[in-house]
Amino acid sequence: MHRRLALATAATLCGALALTACGSSGSGSDAAGPAAGPVKLTFWSWTPNMDKVAAIWNAAHPDIQVSVQKQASGDDLVTKTITAAKAGNAPDLLQAEYQALPTLVSNDVLADIAKQTAGTKDRFAAGVWQQVTLGSDAVYAVPEDTAPLALYYRQDLFQQYGLKVPTTWAEFADAARQLKQKDPAKALTTFSANDSGLFAGLAQQAGAKWWTSSGETWKVGIDDAAGKKVADFWGGLVKEGAIDNQPMYTPAWSKALNDGSQIAWVSAVWAPGVFTSSAPDTKGKWAIAPLPQWNAGESVTGSWGGSTTGVTTGAAKAGHADAAAQFATWLNTDPEAVAALVKEAGIYPAATAAQSGGALAAAPEFFANQPDFYTQAAAIAKNTAPAAWGPNVNVAYSTFKDAFGKAAQEKGDFSAALTAMQQATVADLKKNGFKTEG
Amino acid sequence: MASHQSRPSRRLAPYAFLSPAVVLFALFFALPIGYALYLSFRSVQVKGLGLGSHARTEVWAGLSNYASAISDPELLAGSGRTLLYGALLVPAMLGAALLLALLLDTPRVRLGALSRLAIFLPYAVPGIVASLLWGFLYLPTVSPGYFLLDRAGLGGPDLLHGNGLFVALANIAVWGGTGFNMIVIYTSLRAVPAELYEAARLDGASELQIALRIKIPMVLPSLVLTFFFSMIATLQVFSEPMTLKPLTNSMNSTWSPLMKVYRDAFVQGDIHSAAATSVVIAAATLVLSFSFLKLVNNRSDGGS
Repeated sequence: MHRRLALATAATLCGALALTACGSSGSGSDAAGPAAGPVKLTFWSWTPNMDKVAAIWNAAHPDIQVSVQKQASGDDLVTKTITAAKAGNAPDLLQAEYQALPTLVSNDVLADIAKQTAGTKDRFAAGVWQQVTLGSDAVYAVPEDTAPLALYYRQDLFQQYGLKVPTTWAEFADAARQLKQKDPAKALTTFSANDSGLFAGLAQQAGAKWWTSSGETWKVGIDDAAGKKVADFWGGLVKEGAIDNQPMYTPAWSKALNDGSQIAWVSAVWAPGVFTSSAPDTKGKWAIAPLPQWNAGESVTGSWGGSTTGVTTGAAKAGHADAAAQFATWLNTDPEAVAALVKEAGIYPAATAAQSGGALAAAPEFFANQPDFYTQAAAIAKNTAPAAWGPNVNVAYSTFKDAFGKAAQEKGDFSAALTAMQQATVADLKKNGFKTEG
Repeated sequence: MASHQSRPSRRLAPYAFLSPAVVLFALFFALPIGYALYLSFRSVQVKGLGLGSHARTEVWAGLSNYASAISDPELLAGSGRTLLYGALLVPAMLGAALLLALLLDTPRVRLGALSRLAIFLPYAVPGIVASLLWGFLYLPTVSPGYFLLDRAGLGGPDLLHGNGLFVALANIAVWGGTGFNMIVIYTSLRAVPAELYEAARLDGASELQIALRIKIPMVLPSLVLTFFFSMIATLQVFSEPMTLKPLTNSMNSTWSPLMKVYRDAFVQGDIHSAAATSVVIAAATLVLSFSFLKLVNNRSDGGS
């Protein structure tokens, strides 16, 4: 009996010890105080090889040491960071997409680093800088990369089918119809409802301003005339069967790009990476061209993605805002750092000085047939329409997927889907107590 | 004996045995549930444009999260879809499991151990992996199945849209779940005393009659158990539709009730209404499960 009791006590103790071990592991990440030794900063980023770029900084700055913790990209990281910030475990530096900035600022995750970044404004295009200030005097992040939209097309197949590279959306629609006529098994492209960022970029090109603020009131303009024009254009093409309606990023989509069933893709400047992994057999057969325009002679584009480096309120409270902002500025403006980002991570830098020459002098390997790839990209990027993001982009985006997925499948009313997106976004703002109009 | 029982160590022993379980239960089960309940009665309110620090405050929300959870037509529609999926899945899976268990239990079975393992093996494949593999097979342009049908001059069914989607999802779960249920039923078949079969054979019963008149009634308790487990698993379906979702326009982000909870909490960032919806789903699951058990118990009491 006594032996059993002893065992039970031991088991209880073990359990308690295991729990203590569990509990203590979470609190080990406290940064050292400003007085003791070098400042240690943590950086959450999904950029590949960011640790190699940070190593360059660490070698030159023994007093500010940055350690990179690799994260998953996109919306999951936004949720994770907000949760971590509430628990007081947020990193000091954070990679965030432009459209996530208002959500992060609204949840008190990002610190205002206007003071520390004075003088960096001129390194970036005005439309890009405006997105990190949210139109205010504050600066919430330093731009890392941008993603202007362009048209990618199969040079060989366009020639084979006698198609002209479209410069306007009307010509784009004609090319889609001509191709269907010549070979019903092929499609120029697909309208995909599973990535809202592309549609947002196309709407920006048409002049849409999805979120604007005046005074204390948000105005949501998702279903304004510009958005409707874009929705109706793509809805019309899907309805008449001129293009496909199945989602991107599926095995079937990769196959269609790889075997030439789809011969064009409206995408961003990061597309070469996707082609390399999704359509390896088509190397050297694609070319980049400016995005088709709504009015002949114009040259406006929108963006699909792009990201920034922000400093968290946690870092500011710990007295590390200056050190963190110094790193964020170095990472995205210093020629050596930006060159390393381009080389190691394959990003398209936001800093205008880095967008041509240097590491971007040679075309991506997949586009060896187009040696002036990045010269073209820089020309396209020059006139990027500004984006206008608000505090609930995540709600608008998730509604987009459901509403446009349904409309695309039924070949139905795209502008009704756009209205559903508008209503869900406004309803969510109202529910949270925002003042809204529109 | 009496003096033994009064010793303090003896009285403390049960508590010492219980404490690890109680501590773990409290920390990792009761506490999170309590926190979810607390969150479900709160909500966030924003001041002005919602930018800058302290723009968001958490406030008491009363029952408003519950009111909007229950009145959201998508939760009801999602539940309807889940029930339809379950109506396809559960009979097919348990029917197949029972049939296979009975076949493996026939006297002249060959390669029994190998067959049992082969049927059980899909259960060891994680649901996400299975869904990814099946998703590949459901896409007509990359699926070998559709390729063969095409060669044979036949058109394949559209499994990623409309009603085909229910078949596609139920198929994944049948493939993954039949083996487990088969083992449960088979184990209880092995526990049936051999004398019963001997008596039946002496009376001239065929193997089919033995199966229908003796084996199935004898394994009824395990059928009830497997039905119960399958029902709960059906109500909680999440990873299969979530994995197929990117492949098709026809599955929205609120296809099943748990997918709606996920979307609210982790895509739209509203943990409060997600908590309320989870509580509603948990309550509905409890009510359904217990009324099923009560129904079964009442019937078996009435029969005896």
